[in-house]
Amino acid sequence: MHDPAAIYGWGAYIPRYRLPMSEIARIWGWHEGVPASLNVKEKSVDGPDEDSLTIGLEAAYNALKRSMIDPKEIGVVMFGSESKPYAVKPSATVIAEALGITPSTMASDLEFACRAGSEAFRAIIGMTLGGLVKYGLAIGSDTAQANPGDVLEFTASSGGAAFIIGKPDGTEAAVIEGSYTYVTDTPDFWRRALQPYPLHGEGFTGEPAYFHHIVNSVRTLMETLDLKQEDFDYAIFHQPNGRFPLKVGKMLGFPKEKILPGLVTPFIGNTYNGSALLGLARVLDQAKPGQRILVAPFGSGAGSDAYSIVVGESIVNRKSKAPTVDDYLVRKKTVDYAMYTKYRSIITRIV
Amino acid sequence: MSMEYSVPIYWRNRVNYYKLIGGRCKKCGRVFFPPQSRCPYCSSDNVEPVSLPRIGRLLSYTVSYNPPEGYKLQTPLIIGLIDLGETRIIAQLTDVSLEEISEGIEVEAVVRKIREDRTAGLIHYGYKFRPVISH
Ligand SMILES: [Zn+2]
Repeated sequence: MHDPAAIYGWGAYIPRYRLPMSEIARIWGWHEGVPASLNVKEKSVDGPDEDSLTIGLEAAYNALKRSMIDPKEIGVVMFGSESKPYAVKPSATVIAEALGITPSTMASDLEFACRAGSEAFRAIIGMTLGGLVKYGLAIGSDTAQANPGDVLEFTASSGGAAFIIGKPDGTEAAVIEGSYTYVTDTPDFWRRALQPYPLHGEGFTGEPAYFHHIVNSVRTLMETLDLKQEDFDYAIFHQPNGRFPLKVGKMLGFPKEKILPGLVTPFIGNTYNGSALLGLARVLDQAKPGQRILVAPFGSGAGSDAYSIVVGESIVNRKSKAPTVDDYLVRKKTVDYAMYTKYRSIITRIV
Repeated sequence: MSMEYSVPIYWRNRVNYYKLIGGRCKKCGRVFFPPQSRCPYCSSDNVEPVSLPRIGRLLSYTVSYNPPEGYKLQTPLIIGLIDLGETRIIAQLTDVSLEEISEGIEVEAVVRKIREDRTAGLIHYGYKFRPVISH
């Protein structure tokens, strides 16, 4: 296992619009039992002037405020998304420019379905520990697409989270005491080039993909660090719906009470590269010094990372410097399916 | 294929538009936005860049129901006059509807999509203001 790394700042962003599950069921004729089985009430919808870049930028701005570091000390910006505004043109450079991080920095966009932001998180741990850069900014952000009428439409939503990572110096918000990644070639979900919406391998998405990878990443991490379920105060898993994280938690021996604080999907849907990282941001918003957090993002294709994080003393001072996940959860305006199709540019116009 | 909007103009202004950087005249002391090489008040060329506050108060606003094509998704556009202390700024408001808005509310700067150059051109990002998220 690697040397400990540290989180200096964390930030979240959730757009204010919400689409109730009942609206999707009304338009597409779904049985009401389908959204009910997902344990999601409504999903966040990006506004007409938002995209994964602006969402990631606000999350990163919040993380930077909590980190209290000079943006010029950030040596790498990595933006993980599966809904980049451009097919070719990095979003990371726009974010780096807007935050005053340019020009002495690396910047790139990563793709690995829902876990590109987590890949950024883990890559930056290595880059800071290796001494290549002092601090790095990892962002996970999406305005997730779903084919209208597909079951994925219930959950595909918009949001993001960001983290400033470096070596521990005693003032950090939290210490990352270990991390591990487990990947295989698994065809559970994909989107071909130039296709507007992803496809999924139906029943394939559960057992061989989500559950297999998360169970293996978490078990290996816990064995390596010699930690047991009772050593963790919180357990956060990738949350494609409101049900899977509770089920995988049960398989791994974590009670519901340790999972619920980091479970945001029932309120906003699956923010893809936000998802588990937004859950981590929400737990950091409320965690106390000394508490230990397990985080396990997952991405289709497929892979899962597992992290063990111990909260530091300075978490208290940093929290109030930016809006919390809950501040964004309560800021909401309900839209109907018609407004949703306009905001999401599902209506085709000639321009 | 030609662009509807100038790429060089966007590129020259992008940092000021992302970071809300104005100008301060070192002769008469006034602050202005956008920054320019000569003070708009006394014409002195002794000006320096200054970061403007990101939180201000909405003094007044107007509504545009027929903006240019690139703004269609955001119509109606709400344009605000915002008091930032040393200067005032005219900016588009976002995350607020006509039913929710009122003069005097506290607003904060965010970076959003301003417009898109048709379907294949550049996406222009820049500052807008929205009601402050209390925390
Ligand atoms: Zn002057």
